Amino acid sequence: MSVLAAIRGSSVNFPLFLHVFGAMLLVGALLTVVIAIAVSWRRGWASAGLTRLGLWAVPLGVIPAYVLMRIGAQWTESREKLPKPVVDSTWLAIGYVTADAGAVVILIATVIAIFGLRKLRSGRAAGLAGAAGALSGLLLAAYVVTIWAMSTKPD
Amino acid sequence: MSLYDWLLFLHVLSAFLVVAGLTALWGLIIATRPSAPMVAADEAQRFGRIAGPIVGLGMGGTILLGIALAIDSDAYHPWDGWIIAALVLWFVAGGAGGQAGKTFERDPIGGRSAGIRYQAINSLGILAILVLMIWKPGA
Repeated sequence: MSVLAAIRGSSVNFPLFLHVFGAMLLVGALLTVVIAIAVSWRRGWASAGLTRLGLWAVPLGVIPAYVLMRIGAQWTESREKLPKPVVDSTWLAIGYVTADAGAVVILIATVIAIFGLRKLRSGRAAGLAGAAGALSGLLLAAYVVTIWAMSTKPD
Repeated sequence: MSLYDWLLFLHVLSAFLVVAGLTALWGLIIATRPSAPMVAADEAQRFGRIAGPIVGLGMGGTILLGIALAIDSDAYHPWDGWIIAALVLWFVAGGAGGQAGKTFERDPIGGRSAGIRYQAINSLGILAILVLMIWKPGA
């Protein structure tokens, strides 16, 4: 199965590049959120700047990277004309589930982050920032599983 | 899972760590721009001391596991042109990344421009390696 999936024409390379690069940026944006909010939390939410960085990284980093990753994925799939066994494979299903469920979690995290940024001015954003950070951490864990599935391509 | 699968997974995960760490560091550079700093210097250092080593860990993982993959695989060899090109770029990017870290650590304000230049070289090198890994020219 992984051999079938590894065979690809050169016309797939650019869409695949966008997909992989978008996925890397997505993980990077989520990591930015997690580091910034975790450091701020460890300091008793005394680092308002890091909390702000973490919250801004959701709408300005996570969402654009997700869109790039998802467009790249769909474009790659449309170019590859994958055989039926690959279309029905576990690794592709894991990719779709984590991408689509991830989109819902990202939307929730974005709403939380935007409210958090509003509350930050009055210094009452700790709960919202913590929630955005926790959701981002959850997504990071899910995407490690996705990276495993995409690279090893289990049947 | 075979040895090859493990090596490939950890190699790809390492590459994700490199780009993810770099993305976080670019986010920090934007958040500390002198015209409108969002993050204070001490906060930036704490953030950088986590994101920087993540890049280093990923760089180490990509090269060690990448060479192991090239040795283990029948399809690729360490002396293939695109792999040698990736190794050269890895050393250039790694050297620039190390300089960026030292420059920002030594003088985050005065050394900012130089640090950004080193980080840009590092990031462009990594991007070029990603292009090689996807296109595999000559493979």
